[in-house]
Amino acid sequence: MKKVALLKDPYNLIITGVGGQGNVMASRMLGNALACKGFYITIGETFGVSQRGGSVMSHLRISKKSAWSPQIPSGQADVIVALEPTEAIRVIASYGNPDVTVLSNTRPIYPVGVIAGELKYPGIDEIRAALGGLAGTVMFINATEEAIRLGQPILGNVIMMGAVAGTGLIPFDTDDFCAVMSESMSGDKLASNIEAFERGKTLVRAPKSE
Amino acid sequence: MSYHTDTNEGAEYLLMGNDAIVRGALEAGVSVASAYPGTPSSEIIENLAKASADRNLYVEWSVNEKVALEVSFAASIAGLRAICAMKQNGVNVASDFLLHVALSGTRGGLVLVHCEDPGALSSINEGESRHFAKMNEVPLLEPGDFQEAKDMTKWAFDLSEELRSIVMMRSVTRLSHASGNVKIGRLPVPKTRAFFSYSGPMLDPETGPVLTMPVPPHHALLQEKIRKAAEIFEDSPFNTYTGPARPELMIITCSACSLYCREAVHLLGAEKRTGILKLGTTWPLPPKLIRKYLSSTDTILFAEEVLPFMEENVKVLASEMASDIGIKKFYGKNDGTIPMINELNPDILVEAIKKILSIDYTAVDPAYAAKAKSFVSSMAPVRDLTFCPGCPHRASFWNIHNALAMDARSGFVCGDIGCYTLGFLPCGFNTMKTSHSMGSGIGIACGFGKLTRFGMDQPILAVCGDSTFFHAAIPALVNAIHTKSDVIFVLLDNSGTAMTGFQPHPGTSFDAMGNGVIQIDPAAICRSMGATVEFADPFDIEATQDSLLRLLEEKGARVLIMRQMCALSPEKKGKKKYDVSVDQAICVGENCGCDRLCTRIFRCPGLVWDFERGAAKIDDVICAGCGVCASICPSGAIKKTEASG
Repeated sequence: MKKVALLKDPYNLIITGVGGQGNVMASRMLGNALACKGFYITIGETFGVSQRGGSVMSHLRISKKSAWSPQIPSGQADVIVALEPTEAIRVIASYGNPDVTVLSNTRPIYPVGVIAGELKYPGIDEIRAALGGLAGTVMFINATEEAIRLGQPILGNVIMMGAVAGTGLIPFDTDDFCAVMSESMSGDKLASNIEAFERGKTLVRAPKSE
Repeated sequence: MSYHTDTNEGAEYLLMGNDAIVRGALEAGVSVASAYPGTPSSEIIENLAKASADRNLYVEWSVNEKVALEVSFAASIAGLRAICAMKQNGVNVASDFLLHVALSGTRGGLVLVHCEDPGALSSINEGESRHFAKMNEVPLLEPGDFQEAKDMTKWAFDLSEELRSIVMMRSVTRLSHASGNVKIGRLPVPKTRAFFSYSGPMLDPETGPVLTMPVPPHHALLQEKIRKAAEIFEDSPFNTYTGPARPELMIITCSACSLYCREAVHLLGAEKRTGILKLGTTWPLPPKLIRKYLSSTDTILFAEEVLPFMEENVKVLASEMASDIGIKKFYGKNDGTIPMINELNPDILVEAIKKILSIDYTAVDPAYAAKAKSFVSSMAPVRDLTFCPGCPHRASFWNIHNALAMDARSGFVCGDIGCYTLGFLPCGFNTMKTSHSMGSGIGIACGFGKLTRFGMDQPILAVCGDSTFFHAAIPALVNAIHTKSDVIFVLLDNSGTAMTGFQPHPGTSFDAMGNGVIQIDPAAICRSMGATVEFADPFDIEATQDSLLRLLEEKGARVLIMRQMCALSPEKKGKKKYDVSVDQAICVGENCGCDRLCTRIFRCPGLVWDFERGAAKIDDVICAGCGVCASICPSGAIKKTEASG
């Protein structure tokens, strides 16, 4: 087991998005990678309605000591990863604090109420301003656009996880990602996942993303 | 290495609660597993099925929960260990048989795992099936974390054999679908020989016939088992206490709530003032243990979900012991300290504990919270649940809705549980007007259909899915046909138990373990009962609506099978049938007389509104390529072409 330190114990990370974006896969991958490094991991997720257009959220607790509640208490998130930008706002309102780091994909998925013209979807600049006023650090990542460029829009979640690794906030890097992914895939599929992960890492290293 | 087959004792895995239960059952040497799918329980059977070849198990998706329990019970009285899994309301379905199993007793370890859903995160009820344990005099266990979920499952089989009683073990969504570290134990060699001994004396639990009669002696024996269970529970390692010897406040908790309690005490820094008694054996309660901890303080808080089950049972013991242990101050659900609806969380416990102990604590600065909340209301539009892009149910409800509108006699749809339950929402054009237990749509419709003598002339439709049809709709349909009730029964056949993850059912050609089985044809069943049966493809809008309009003119019980595979079906492999696009030169947007039928009414997530151009457009990342929207645009602006490759 490698000696790795946490910035805080438990360290709390929330991955949020809309059903079908690969939220659950991302949280399990990250959880497995960290469990392999000797951490106690607790993941709480709500996926009963995840394929039916609803908001999805995974709570990930990383600890050297024990399991924790699968629901993070109010205001206790350290990192929020949003696969959809307005979901970042929804989550920061319940779990955010002035020090939280937010990594958000930029591509909207319109709720049906917006498609129907009953609700308004904010512009990305409004979202940027709102999150900027609530979080310690906000990074926007064109994950879906990058994934489309790689030929597989579904890899948006992997790009976002690469971005998480790029921040250096948690002890998690390409080796850990490869170790977990190679248990369930190989060949071209594994290679394209690693490529997406690496792309995600570069997107946060670049000055303030985008 | 998979956790199912790993023989490396002490190896650690990050497991979902349900996977931990699976591993526990395998470590107990389980031979038979049966269930009907229901969130949050379904992964138990799915994962036992994965282990079936390696571990010589028989695993089945049964037609419903009652039959599932009967199948597992047979294994038990043939000397094998068996596990039966279901969601909370499944216990209601199985409860008639459960009453009799408790009375007759069991042989090989028999464990009923019921995974409940406080807060109804993926249910249409937040039913409490713990009461069935007390009502039927069956021991009840509740694991408090992931490691316990595994260890307790294994122990439940030993307990069942020691008592010769079925054992109930209750999980909740926040354990079943949450994950944590689990150290695995030894995998034994499971029993391979089944034999039912029945030639011994009438009341012999090991060799006699297995009956509930004569009832009073069996009942006395059952109550003796419960007394013995209480004794065993006095020393159970699953009842744990953390905290000072004489705490100011004692929290009595169980299940996932114990994690919330620990978190809340930690946040409040109240470790030296608060004790947490976590009970893993919640029925029957061990009285000596309860006495010991009630004696250590005068102030008690109960933390459990959803109803005050443990709270009320502890209070009965406390009143019996009052002359010895004194009068206690109780906080919990009955006095409103903890809500009696919905799931709990650490925040609810923080509020309760800080009030009782007068601790000053603010989770989030109120100004920050207010600002954040205002951003949610102005910038995070609500995500109503909707059918997936390409879902056949959207098309089915579109057809039913339009046919009923054209018919104009205030017709309506009775439904039940499945993805199609969303038919009551705008995504189903608000067509479904009743929704209750499995199969109850057709039962209620059958009742409505007999109200013509009271002047009721509204057309009545019932919908149910293909898995639900077998589960509970058939008896109601028999009733409807037999009584000549005026109903149209619409079977929404999407080729699998889609909502819970495409488990096979009697209408599919393979079983849980992937073996070929006899496929039962719902149409043949309906015809054999004397109903007329028609078929429609809901994606063929015109033909389906014509069929519906014709059936609406007829009398008696009529069956229409709307058949189209679920958009997420593994068989579709994510392939699009059509490339769909909007010709924005033809779409006249708000100026079209259709009032934006495509986006304002039809509401498919893949067909969005281009606010810049004032016209509809397809979101290619989301569109599933069903092509239905091409049939609804009055201007013909939506084009579909056969997808290439």
